[in-house]
Amino acid sequence: MGAGGVVFRAERVTKVYDTGAVKVQALRGVDLALREGEFVVLLGASGSGKSTLLNILGGLDRPTGGRVFFRDRDLTRASDAELTRYRRDHVGFVFQFYNLVPSLTARENVALVTEIARAPMPPEEALERVGLAHRLDHFPAELSGGEQQRVAIARAIAKRPEVLLCDEPTGALDRTTGVQVLEALVAVNRDLGAATVIITHNQATQRIAHRVILIADGRVLRETLNETRVPPSEVDW
Amino acid sequence: MRALDAKLLRDLRRLWAQALAIAVVLASGVMVLVVAHGAQRSLVETRAAYYERNRFPDVFASATRAPETLLAEIAALAGVAQVEGRIAARVILDMPDMLEPAMAQVVSLPASGTPVLNLPVVRSGRLPDPLRPEEVAVNEGFARAHGLVPGAEFRAILNGQVRSLTVTGLLLAPEFIYVIGPDTMMPDDRRFGVIWMGAAAAAAVFDLDGAFNDLALRLVAGADPAPVVAALDRLLAPFGGTGAYGRDRHIGYVFLASELEQLEAMAAILPPVFFVVAAFLVNMVLGRLIALERQQIGLMKAVGYGTGAIAGHYLKLATGIGILGVALGWAAGAVLGQGMTALYARFFNFPWLIFTPGVAAFALSGVVGVATAVVGALRGVRGAVRLAPAVAMSPPAPPAFRRGLLDRIGAAVGLRQTTMMILRSITRWPGRAAVTLFGVAASVSMLVASLFSFDAMDAMVEEVFVLGNRQQITLALAQSRPRAAVEEALALPGVLAVEGAWGAPVRIARGTRSRLIAIEARPETGSFVRVLDVAGRPVALPPAGVVLTEGIAAELDVGPGELIEVAFLVPPRETHALPVTGIIRQSLGQQIYMAEDALFALLRIAPQVNRLNLLVDPAALPTLHAQVKVTPALGGISIWGELRAQFDATLEENLTMMLLIYVTLGGLITLGVVYNAARIQLAERSHELASLRVLGFSRGEVGFVLVGEMMLLATAAIPLGWLIGIGFASMVVAGFSTEMVTIPLVILPHTYATAALVAFLAALAAALMVRRRLDSTDIAMALKARE
Repeated sequence: MGAGGVVFRAERVTKVYDTGAVKVQALRGVDLALREGEFVVLLGASGSGKSTLLNILGGLDRPTGGRVFFRDRDLTRASDAELTRYRRDHVGFVFQFYNLVPSLTARENVALVTEIARAPMPPEEALERVGLAHRLDHFPAELSGGEQQRVAIARAIAKRPEVLLCDEPTGALDRTTGVQVLEALVAVNRDLGAATVIITHNQATQRIAHRVILIADGRVLRETLNETRVPPSEVDW
Repeated sequence: MRALDAKLLRDLRRLWAQALAIAVVLASGVMVLVVAHGAQRSLVETRAAYYERNRFPDVFASATRAPETLLAEIAALAGVAQVEGRIAARVILDMPDMLEPAMAQVVSLPASGTPVLNLPVVRSGRLPDPLRPEEVAVNEGFARAHGLVPGAEFRAILNGQVRSLTVTGLLLAPEFIYVIGPDTMMPDDRRFGVIWMGAAAAAAVFDLDGAFNDLALRLVAGADPAPVVAALDRLLAPFGGTGAYGRDRHIGYVFLASELEQLEAMAAILPPVFFVVAAFLVNMVLGRLIALERQQIGLMKAVGYGTGAIAGHYLKLATGIGILGVALGWAAGAVLGQGMTALYARFFNFPWLIFTPGVAAFALSGVVGVATAVVGALRGVRGAVRLAPAVAMSPPAPPAFRRGLLDRIGAAVGLRQTTMMILRSITRWPGRAAVTLFGVAASVSMLVASLFSFDAMDAMVEEVFVLGNRQQITLALAQSRPRAAVEEALALPGVLAVEGAWGAPVRIARGTRSRLIAIEARPETGSFVRVLDVAGRPVALPPAGVVLTEGIAAELDVGPGELIEVAFLVPPRETHALPVTGIIRQSLGQQIYMAEDALFALLRIAPQVNRLNLLVDPAALPTLHAQVKVTPALGGISIWGELRAQFDATLEENLTMMLLIYVTLGGLITLGVVYNAARIQLAERSHELASLRVLGFSRGEVGFVLVGEMMLLATAAIPLGWLIGIGFASMVVAGFSTEMVTIPLVILPHTYATAALVAFLAALAAALMVRRRLDSTDIAMALKARE
């Protein structure tokens, strides 16, 4: 798989967090390419730098060195407003803790994004894709963790993003709901063709991806292509 | 240091901006208390000491010419301790530094040199020598305004003769704390002064040898002035007595009393507003802090801290804020009190006036200030104390939102989701929204209640100078003259038109209520001097009956068609029962009116005048002034253009400073309230707002959620503030209006607009200050776990 064009290209990306007293080297020269429609799992231990990499890809953070391209656009040179624009138009985010707005219903949480996106799908359609057509008017407090995460996925995909970035999307969920969330992500990747990157430290999850990238100590340690992908329901948790 | 106290200090340091914002609101209340109580105490104590030491009289009376032998009879009246008869008269002065004539009140000093009552304070020079008729002393303010020093000379028109007088000393006296000329609204030291003259000289000049025309009495402690007043009226009637009165009709006493009432009103109305707002702010901030520290509270309880220790911890925090506010308020109060006292010292002629706020004002404001913070904290602390350890250590349930009417409306109108977030946040935390709303409303109301004084003053200026008095000059005649004097006045240089009026003292009564007042007779349809109906429109005097001002009608509890008794204190000294035929508005001064034809017919005397109202050719003014200075028949002159200029200048000076203070205070409330509300919003929703940034919302769009809620509340608070402001303004009108000045309740649209604008801008400034913090928050934290 991964026959499409390159969406992301990272070249010798480094990141140093300078807290004054200590300098923390989070990334030590990462090279990476991500293609259209690809489903990638970023695997790594806590503190390996995978979240930092995801933040840089998503335009939330800037690298200390190296370059990051989204298609032909150099994200390392982008202004603050350009990064905002980039996130708004091209990137869907899914977080470990859902980050739904508690004062908005499921439908409204999705509408939050569709109102500012260029060519969004209706919020109802996005929620239907993640199997929540019957929970449109519920507030986050009235939804289970898995349901909340699926609202978050619906919110991320409603803008028809070219990239879907997920940071530990199942990290706070049990197996059953975790599987539901992963199935939703796989389906979205398949149906919409958004390049999808999932961060996890759950080794078992890697088998659902096209490609697995193992990060350790701020570097890409190993890349593996899965010959055959396993549906989420068959993953050992 | 104990661990909990270390936490306390660090909490305070972390919350410094919010704590300071609350403390400033609290400090405003403390400051107003210190200033108002302090100024009140300073004035009361100074007045008491000055009146006592310099023997301010209890009862006053005037007559045309009473024999000195009458004094012994008066002294024998029950309750009378000391009596002094003297000569008093109004005269016109020709000051070398003034084109137009000035006026003065002449009072005689006894042959012994020093009077028994109204003891003057010699500020420089000496009292005049009783044997030297050209020697006089003048009041210090008048001397200062004209640069007079002992040895200086000026000219006066004394009973028709121009006389040169020599200044021997500058004086102050308890009866002249407030020096104000006839027909004027504000003290004007340039145009009106006091002249002390030896008794022999005065008697010769005013033709009152062996007689007096002015009387002052001191009563024995605790004596009732009413029977003395009645006896004096009876004794003086044959000698042209114009009605005795107590201190409550003495102009200086009344002005000072009204100033004290105003201070009392200020101390009663303003501080509670600040204290209530501050208490709610403490409640809001501490409530938030305790919600945030649930787990720490649970932990403390789990390791064995008692509820007392925990409650004490948070109460100490509130006390810290209270102490900060009190300290700031005390400091500001001390400084402002000095300024206020300096203003009073300029306004009232006291020989000394020191700002002595006393321990009581500080103690009271300190206790109330700290108590305010503690009371504000109680609700939050009670919540903390009630938390069970296990519950406290689990995270709070996520806020539950429900769909209601608002949502259906929002959906129908097609509001954006960011707008829905604002609306739901308000409905989810209505208490917090209410604090913001009422805080801003309080600030708007304070602005309305202070800014409206300009409108009220403008209305008074319009009433007095534009609608009521259209003459340029009013001449007071030394004695009543036949109406032919009106035609004679036309011969004065530059005079284009003349209208006459006649005024006389009367005692009016209805049932047991009575008072001394002036009645003025005017042509029914006077075109210069006009009376205004209660709606402010000029109206003709009814052909019969008396017309009362609203204040007098209320005081006598009388309405149109009812009868009042009018006892004329001038010949033929008759008492008539007259119907009230009209009620009018009059903001400055109190008089009753009657059509002249009806009055003279009633008294069966030939028509007379003792006031002439003139329209003049401005080009001829210098000649007219010169003529007035040498016209024996005149007792005084009022130049209305000058009066207005003086009125405006005095108001400008006094109001501008007060207004600056009130606008600052009003703005501070909004600033404190909105800043705290926005900081709490930011703290609680930073995660949510950062998530929006991640989702591609710009800083401006995210800022809208935060700033928008504050501005929506502030905007909603404005009409509420206007309403409360009208209430405050009417309290101000009631509290600040006196017998002499009735402040009209006039609030013009631009006052509402200015109040709204000040509050709106203060709210915007506070919200934007917090927005800057939002801009600097790390958006990547949205990806991390919650606090």
